[in-house]
Amino acid sequence: MKITRKRFLQLSGLSLIAVIAKKLVRGVASVSASEGGAKKTRWGMAIDLQKCRRKDGCNLCIKACHSSHNVPHFADGRHEIKWVWKQSFEDVFPFAQTQYTRDVFAGVPVLLLCNNCDDPPCEDACAVGATWKRDDGVVMMDWHRCIGCRYCMAACPYGSRSFNWQDPRPAISAIHPDFPTRTKGVVEKCNFCEERLAKKLSPLCVENCEEKALVFGDLEQPDSEIRQVLRSRFALQRKPELGAGPSVYYLT
Amino acid sequence: MNDRPFIVIGLIVFVAFVTTPIWRGVAARNVALAAPEIKVPAQEKHCVAPVSYMRTSHMHLLNEWRTGVVRSQQRQYTAYDGKVYEISLTRTCLSGCHGSRQEFCDRCHNYNGVATLNCWECHNDKPTARSEP
Repeated sequence: MKITRKRFLQLSGLSLIAVIAKKLVRGVASVSASEGGAKKTRWGMAIDLQKCRRKDGCNLCIKACHSSHNVPHFADGRHEIKWVWKQSFEDVFPFAQTQYTRDVFAGVPVLLLCNNCDDPPCEDACAVGATWKRDDGVVMMDWHRCIGCRYCMAACPYGSRSFNWQDPRPAISAIHPDFPTRTKGVVEKCNFCEERLAKKLSPLCVENCEEKALVFGDLEQPDSEIRQVLRSRFALQRKPELGAGPSVYYLT
Repeated sequence: MNDRPFIVIGLIVFVAFVTTPIWRGVAARNVALAAPEIKVPAQEKHCVAPVSYMRTSHMHLLNEWRTGVVRSQQRQYTAYDGKVYEISLTRTCLSGCHGSRQEFCDRCHNYNGVATLNCWECHNDKPTARSEP
């Protein structure tokens, strides 16, 4: 195919105009989107470690969550499904200890749940769009869509996701009628009680803690309870150096 | 050319075998098939959409409901007659109206040979209290 110099210049000019027009449209769209989303929400949680370990062996939050969300209990640890769970301090904060605190805090349980990250690595890893971050910061899952490839589990730096190796229903002692169970071959995790957030209720773990060790609220609102707590107390995030931006904070 | 009768017979057998489904269909047309007996809800007169639509397209509606709740937090459905329903398979469809999965969903699905009904592998098929939106 032969092309004249004139035609070549015409085509180049047109391409240039098209590229500039696209950039302009994108720019205008992003400006109007950020104006529209002025009232941003980002749900977050602060866990007071002192209050949390006040009662030895207390797991009211875990019980409330797992029974309401139909989380199965398998005797075999390899099949364990967990939304909220406890792990020892030195595993959770390996670099947040000195040689002196090590003696005191070794083996002390710390409450864990999905961090509902600002930039969730699980979302990037999911090949089928079954997990994503909502506008309010909740990292949501579509169990209908999950194909069980477990890439998200490999991507999650916090071990917040579990895989159903077996049919979970026989392992649920009493199925809660208002929440679906999951099925074999699906990944699951804490959903920050999004079904309760829709009814303007706080998560079950927060509500069922007798020590009021968990504070839940909007991180975007400067006067919310959680922001006040985070201003007044020293707080840790898990593995902040990874840049995922956890929404769960630990008050020391 | 002595094999001609064998070839012809073989061809006839082959054609008859390959077209068996057609013959079976022709034979079955004379059998009157009773429509499945479906339990119609007693307390409600209307579904969330006209019956003709629900018969042909309930699966699309349920898919829309699912996508709406999970992906865009759309938890209420305004029906064609203006009535607002909570979007919930267990609470609205099952508990609110149809009552029994076995006597409603399964009967028609089994009759039509579309038995891959996997909603209930996760969703609760025992009727619960219906919650108002």
